Amino acid sequence: MDLSAFVHQLWLARFPLLKGLGMTISISFLAIVIGTLLGIAVGLTLTYGYKPFRGYTDFIRGTPVLVLVLASYYVLSTIGIDLGPFEAGVLALSVFCSSHVGELTRGALQAIPKGQTEAAKAIGLTFSQTFFYVLGPQALRSALPAWVNTAAEMVKASTLLSILGVAELLLRTQELISRTFLSLEFYFFAGFLYFVINYGIERFGRYVERKVTVAS
Amino acid sequence: MGYTLNFAAVWRSFDLLLEGLALSLGLAFAAILAGFLIGLLVAFALVSKKLWLRKPAGLYVTVIRNTPILVLVLFSYFALPELGVRLEKIESFVLTLALYSGAYLAEVFRGGLLSVPPGQREAGLAIGLSEMQIRTSIIIPLMLRNVLPSLSSTFISLFKDTSLAAAIAVPELTFEARKINVETFRVIETWIVVSCLYVATCSLLAALLRMVERRLAVPR
Repeated sequence: MDLSAFVHQLWLARFPLLKGLGMTISISFLAIVIGTLLGIAVGLTLTYGYKPFRGYTDFIRGTPVLVLVLASYYVLSTIGIDLGPFEAGVLALSVFCSSHVGELTRGALQAIPKGQTEAAKAIGLTFSQTFFYVLGPQALRSALPAWVNTAAEMVKASTLLSILGVAELLLRTQELISRTFLSLEFYFFAGFLYFVINYGIERFGRYVERKVTVAS
Repeated sequence: MGYTLNFAAVWRSFDLLLEGLALSLGLAFAAILAGFLIGLLVAFALVSKKLWLRKPAGLYVTVIRNTPILVLVLFSYFALPELGVRLEKIESFVLTLALYSGAYLAEVFRGGLLSVPPGQREAGLAIGLSEMQIRTSIIIPLMLRNVLPSLSSTFISLFKDTSLAAAIAVPELTFEARKINVETFRVIETWIVVSCLYVATCSLLAALLRMVERRLAVPR
């Protein structure tokens, strides 16, 4: 292992790697935001809406993310929706994220004791008032720590976009390795960067958990 | 749109897909077996009072859980040979998946171990069992019953993670699908069939495992 060669190559490649890191972050961020918005809608339909929506989450959760990513890139372009690799990948990750957030939302809403809804009815709140003042805040509280973990999942899943040729951190690393042949060092480096990001998210999750847990 | 679905090309290579599916299941199964053992050992280390056992185990779990599995897969296939560890595609993938699932299962088992009431261990001591006997014949069976649901969901997500083996050209289901795509250009049809195969297998596994869970569940 040649440390000085590694450091030299790392310095030469600092801008591509940083760009890749930025790409990874923007993919994950977009996927989390879109996926969460979609997921809340999915969770609401799962809790209050029609049964057939179960099929959506079951289907998404039963398919590997890699298959979702590949399918959204290749299948959508065949039926005339021409998305670039970035858009297709973000779409696939958002859909994946939405099914997870959907289940989270459903679980959090159903975990609230029936008495809460009944009490809200008893004091004459409408359904939307019940939702926004009684159920929503409680569900948010119990779902928040798990939601932060979903964010870490998204950062990890963003590596799959490298297979479509989106120049995120992993693909930049692979390009670098094919040029320098320092595979051990650079895979290790990439793994370390991902670890730092996700570890940060995990610690943040613990912090949020401590903050929002109601002392019982 | 002007596109007509034609599944003939996919059906012609359907046995290829089934072979891939069988390999996927085999990979997941091998990985969960090894991961189960790793997870069990690491879980005992995690709840141990000895610092030199607890710290490395904690580090292992944190590092694996916070690194993308694709990076781990590529690392063990492309980078380990530089350290002199040269593994075949399938072996290196199973090893990675086993280490990966080991970290997740260790957390699951740790929770299970903590949920076994201390009275059980004390009762074992009272009837004269050794620490090892208490572990193998009291604590582990009790713990396993408690963690069965998490164990089966880990197995199902592990089965889905086998799709990543396509990245190092292991001929499992996703790899075969991409091959058929390249050969026939029947992209939509292939992905529809492959997704359905994955979903069907996952649902089947889930139903099977739920049956096992019901049989083994602690009567309440």
